[in-house]
Amino acid sequence: MDGNYLLYKLILASVILLISLVVAMYSTLLERKVAGFMQDRLGPNRAGISGIFQPLADGLKLFFKEEFMPGTADKFLYILGPSLTMMIALLTSAVIPWGNSFVINGNEYSLQVADINVGVLYVFAILSIGVYGIMIGGWASNNKYALIGAVRAASQMISYELAMSMTIIAIVMMSGTLSLKDIVEQQHGMNWNIWYQPLGFLIFIVCAFAECNRSPFDLPECETELIGGYHTEYSSMKLGFYLFAEYINMFISSAMIATLFFGGYNFPFMDDLNLSHNALTIVGSLVFFTKILFFVFFFMWIRWTIPRFRYDQLMRLGWKTLLPLAIINILVTGFFIMIKHHL
Amino acid sequence: MGSLSGRSKVVSNKTMSFAEKIYLPAIIGGLGITISHFFKKNATIQYPEVKRPIAEIYRGKHVLKRDDQGRERCTACGLCALSCPAEAITMIAAERKEDELNLYREEKYASVYEINMLRCIFCGICEEACPKEAIFLTNEIVPSNLHRSDFIYGKDELVEPVDHPVDISHRQTPEVLRFKMDKNQIHNV
Repeated sequence: MDGNYLLYKLILASVILLISLVVAMYSTLLERKVAGFMQDRLGPNRAGISGIFQPLADGLKLFFKEEFMPGTADKFLYILGPSLTMMIALLTSAVIPWGNSFVINGNEYSLQVADINVGVLYVFAILSIGVYGIMIGGWASNNKYALIGAVRAASQMISYELAMSMTIIAIVMMSGTLSLKDIVEQQHGMNWNIWYQPLGFLIFIVCAFAECNRSPFDLPECETELIGGYHTEYSSMKLGFYLFAEYINMFISSAMIATLFFGGYNFPFMDDLNLSHNALTIVGSLVFFTKILFFVFFFMWIRWTIPRFRYDQLMRLGWKTLLPLAIINILVTGFFIMIKHHL
Repeated sequence: MGSLSGRSKVVSNKTMSFAEKIYLPAIIGGLGITISHFFKKNATIQYPEVKRPIAEIYRGKHVLKRDDQGRERCTACGLCALSCPAEAITMIAAERKEDELNLYREEKYASVYEINMLRCIFCGICEEACPKEAIFLTNEIVPSNLHRSDFIYGKDELVEPVDHPVDISHRQTPEVLRFKMDKNQIHNV
């Protein structure tokens, strides 16, 4: 490992960090715009041309807000909560293959920060830690609404993680690898996993909504019953971190959906274009980002369409519907793999 | 046992079909509705730049008219203040001096004339009561303000500028004028 390689990885990591932050920043604007258009309004359009500076104005506002801490709060955990949430939200982007690779002077530069052979496991491990940020924040606030919100978040995320991991098992059985890069490579062209795992995709996307605490599963922070849920007592940039982490999670979830089910940076007829390897990588990355942005939009589309679930409905859906379906999905996948091997 | 009132109804608790149970067709239908609204025309009117069309006889901010020689028409009779149901109008009368003949039409005039725009209900009765055709409501909207005291409009804001007369012809048609001058009507006696 020479210095050149280290420098390249450093630059790549910074660029990916920057991209996920900027995308999350502008997701907040997109969210408000989508909400506006779906309600026959315009959305924010005063800060810059069609509201292009609105995220900056929002961020600036959050920075200037009073840094409030409840008197009975646990000082250390109170600060740890949002920091942990933000850090974990950003960790996952390391293993996602954002594009194929560049070949410069015979050296191959992959557009993936770390191609670890347990990429899928890593993502789910990090995702599971995500609940700690919310739980710690809600607990440290010493407020009943925050605590109820945090407990809801914890049980919801643990319940839906199960079904989510089960669908991934089906994918892993098909591809025979845990490396995200290899999973993407196998979906070359139009050979996407969605054609083989439609049920798995459905379960996965429902669980992704629940994992991101997004509507219709936004029970941990439902304003009507819990004021703000786990971030009731937070203000200023600590609140900003919680809200911002939600959008980063949304971006990463969309990237995971695109990677696992929609072929990542692969697109149809990619071999017929007669492009050089490097040009194909650039086009592939753009296609990947288009897919991600579509799913970010889909997250918002769902949010402004479906009302919130009741808590018992949420639990019933998770344990009694999605989990059995995911297990059946594994069995069916195994059955077809067996048939394929014996033919 | 039968119902005592005879008004009770049997609630239908019908079981859901499979399509309703799996919830997905309803979600897809909902997504269709929201995306159709996404491409619909917005109802927003960008207020300060674009204004909703209002009637020509809209009752908005008041104006104190001058006559064709640029003299104030108001004679400080106080009928507008008397008729005002919200008691929004006050005035102080003064006598016209020899050298003020070109400023005021009548020999008595209002040295102070104030309307409290927070009290005003824009009913237009002051306009009806005025015997001198001095006060009219215009289709201008009273703007918002930061202080309550700024809503008390004095003569500096109410009297029309000499070089820019306010057009009130839509509110003072010949029919309206005839009606106001008709001594057979109870309000003019």
